[in-house]
Amino acid sequence: MIPSIPQSRAFKGVYAAYISVFFLYLLIPLLVVAVFAFNDAMFPSLPWKGFTFDWFFSSTEPKLGIFHDSTIMEGIGVSLFVAFWVTVLSVFVGTCNAFLFERKNFPFKNFLYVLMILPLVIPGIILGISMLVFSNTVVNGVENVFGYEMEFLRPGLVLVILGQFSFITTIATLVISARLRKFDISLEEAALNLGASHLTAVRTITLPYLKPALFGAGIVAFLMSFENFNTTLMLVGSDAPLTITMFDRLKEGSTPALNAVSLLLMIVSAILAITSIFLQREKGQK
Amino acid sequence: MSSSPRTSDFDLECHNITKRFGDFTAVDDISFSIPKGSFFSILGPSGCGKTTLLRMMAGFLEPDSGDLRIKGKSMVGVPPNKRPVNMVFQHLALFPMMTVEENIAYGLKRQGMPKADIPAKVKSALERISLPDAGPKRIDQLSGGQKQRIAIARCLVLDPDVLLLDEPLGALDLKLREHMKVELKQLQHNFDTTFVYITHDQSEALVMSDQVAVMNHGVFEQVGTPQELYYKPKTAFVAGFVGDTNRWSGSIKGMSGNEVQVETKDGLKLVATAADQNLAKGQNVDIFVRPESVVISRKSDALVGIENTIKGNVESVLFDGANSRVLVRDPSSGDKIMVTLPQTGEFNDLQAGQELHLGWRLAQAKCFDTLAMSAEQLADMS
Amino acid sequence: MTNKTAPKLGLILLMAPLLIWLFALILLPHVDMFMLSITEKVAPRVYETGLGNYGEFFAEPLYWNTYARTAIMSILTTIVTLVIAFPVSYYIAKMLRGRMKAVLFVLCLLPFWVSELVRTFGWMILLRETGIISTFLQWAGLADQPIEMLYTDATIVVGLVYTSMLFMVVPLVTTLESLDDSYIEAGYDLGGNGFTVMREIVIPHAMPGIVSGCIVVFMLSLGNYLTPILLGGKDSLWFTEQIYAQFITRFNWEQGAAFGFLLLILSSLIVWGGLKLSRQTLSETMG
Repeated sequence: MIPSIPQSRAFKGVYAAYISVFFLYLLIPLLVVAVFAFNDAMFPSLPWKGFTFDWFFSSTEPKLGIFHDSTIMEGIGVSLFVAFWVTVLSVFVGTCNAFLFERKNFPFKNFLYVLMILPLVIPGIILGISMLVFSNTVVNGVENVFGYEMEFLRPGLVLVILGQFSFITTIATLVISARLRKFDISLEEAALNLGASHLTAVRTITLPYLKPALFGAGIVAFLMSFENFNTTLMLVGSDAPLTITMFDRLKEGSTPALNAVSLLLMIVSAILAITSIFLQREKGQK
Repeated sequence: MSSSPRTSDFDLECHNITKRFGDFTAVDDISFSIPKGSFFSILGPSGCGKTTLLRMMAGFLEPDSGDLRIKGKSMVGVPPNKRPVNMVFQHLALFPMMTVEENIAYGLKRQGMPKADIPAKVKSALERISLPDAGPKRIDQLSGGQKQRIAIARCLVLDPDVLLLDEPLGALDLKLREHMKVELKQLQHNFDTTFVYITHDQSEALVMSDQVAVMNHGVFEQVGTPQELYYKPKTAFVAGFVGDTNRWSGSIKGMSGNEVQVETKDGLKLVATAADQNLAKGQNVDIFVRPESVVISRKSDALVGIENTIKGNVESVLFDGANSRVLVRDPSSGDKIMVTLPQTGEFNDLQAGQELHLGWRLAQAKCFDTLAMSAEQLADMS
Repeated sequence: MTNKTAPKLGLILLMAPLLIWLFALILLPHVDMFMLSITEKVAPRVYETGLGNYGEFFAEPLYWNTYARTAIMSILTTIVTLVIAFPVSYYIAKMLRGRMKAVLFVLCLLPFWVSELVRTFGWMILLRETGIISTFLQWAGLADQPIEMLYTDATIVVGLVYTSMLFMVVPLVTTLESLDDSYIEAGYDLGGNGFTVMREIVIPHAMPGIVSGCIVVFMLSLGNYLTPILLGGKDSLWFTEQIYAQFITRFNWEQGAAFGFLLLILSSLIVWGGLKLSRQTLSETMG
């Protein structure tokens, strides 16, 4: 069943039809979300009442556009803030981990490697509750012993950032390690040989080589953080990131405003996704 | 050689260098010195320790014992980035994310050369390797030979006392390799820098070098000019490794002066010149004869007066222009003998199966104590 | 190289972030969660160590029914995802060439860069009583009144399958691509037909991809919260919902921790079993 093996016309036709249906299945939910962002009605459903940009730009109720909707705008702001820190932290720690596992030998290396992978196979909601429980223990413990209340470890943005960081770092590590593994160590030796110190060699040769992977890991980390729901749900405080805000709205009943936000997310995701795929392509060539 | 002069005429000296990896001794008590401005090759089969030796010179490995001096200064404990040597890596290690200019400027920047002076230096280096316009190119836009030259320029622009080359021609195709051999020699001459070149390819070593060290099992078997190695090998390993050769194994039946009478296990009787000092009757020995030392004739009377003669049949003709050879099979022993065809045209119509008479002089057959060699090394030698 | 302490210092500096991360954010929280799960509240502000929270789980049929139901539906989801994804992955990996292949593969990935919330929202617009499909069916005369397609088990599976598809397609395409065409040709050349070549050459080769895809899909379904809640409604009876309820609504953290631990055990068991079955290690599968 490869092109070099003859197949019947009927088989080919059925197979191609199946693939088409599959892609329809993939794309239709996204398509309807996008289209109904422009429906001039109170609900994202048929009948089509005409085309409007109100759900983006209108400044008056009841069709409050998302750019004038303070909860949604705040949600986006909070999500950006969280995603920024998660990205910075996880790419930094991921880079350290990649160098550690690819370059160094130390006791319990295999054990620590398995432990490093583990967050990927722990359900997000459990990562969330374990962190919730532990931070509570720490806060109470510190308060009992020192009489100081560590307010920042109560449910809120710090916990959300830590919770997301705890599994996104694994992904960043894997992406960066994969690239570092392909690095020809003699390039670093050549740099030393040409007079560079160890740190200079890493800074001028190894890190530039890793750049596509660092950016790729950064994009993945940013998106995963921005879209995270499960872990965030358990750790969120009064400042709700966008996914939480949207979830609350969805439960209340949806308006096309949600479609508008979703469309915005889709566009940003698509741009980031294509950038990341492009970066990986570059990576593949070298 | 144990007492080294302070100000030395040697660019690089090694004194009793040893390096072990666990139980394995990669470099075993080696001493040598390389005169200023010469092209010095270390030739040996894979696994002989030559890469280890080179990496100790570059500073990527530290010797377990012994001293390594460059221009009279000890390099033990000096990190690689502080040594006045540069290295052309096996796969060149040109930085792929930089342009040619940036590659050449890399070492200059690390030396702290003022930014304004760098472009002129880079330009002149590119001119000296005859690639004046290559500066803005990316590494993957270069051909194999160009990369080679850039890698050398990147080192030579730093004026190193010694340039180390780690089999840099290995990745090139045959034709380019032949060309680069000549060019490397030329570059070495132009820059007047000491080159230390390691390779497993004896032809590279012979063509380019002023001096060659043949290395095996962590020691130097012989150090000498290419001519010395080829015509006066001191050990069986050198005789077998440098140049092509025919080899017979047997035991000594009699000796008179330098002449040794040997009988192979198939009963073939040969005479040879003793090349080892301490040969004795009954000892197992190897005899080496170069293909070009064997005289061939269709008639036996042309070989009168030649000490060793054999009659055989042509097994196959290996035509290769001026390097054409014929493989002759001795029917009594089954040995196959490689003979270089004379360029007189006399044997142009040679056919498989034809009868030939072979002969070689006593002086051309060199007898050595039998060598214990691994199968891998034997394969390398062919 | 000469300064022996320098590499040591480097190692310590590189290791510090890893250790802090793994211990403070992964290991200790899970140990703490376990400790909490074996703590029983016997009276206000009075606690005892014991397995009471776990006892409660087995005593209350609603809990373990939900647990079993979540596991079974996750397995079902995994199977359906595999069955749908395999032909698609095979088509992309083996039937297509060059540009078309790259485009379809990217097209397969793109939807999953969009938030799960958005994707689920799309299904809600399609499937609800006033949704697109219902309206369309009425317009086409196939139904005479609005049809509610949300809040059924089938809907939950559809949503979960959709949301997990990427994690099946990517490993499958990767392993299938690594199978050289000549093996398939040789299979036919030696007298095999489509079925036997598939069974004896393609599927054994793709096994690592199948296992890692299944593990990830199962785990994600089991731990999913959004899709069952939004598509399954109040009665979706998903176990993560119970955990959420114990923690946030009823503020019974001890019980919630026990539930969390039970879910973790189930998910770990399946991952471990899958790896054992296919004789792979976690590092190979995920890394």
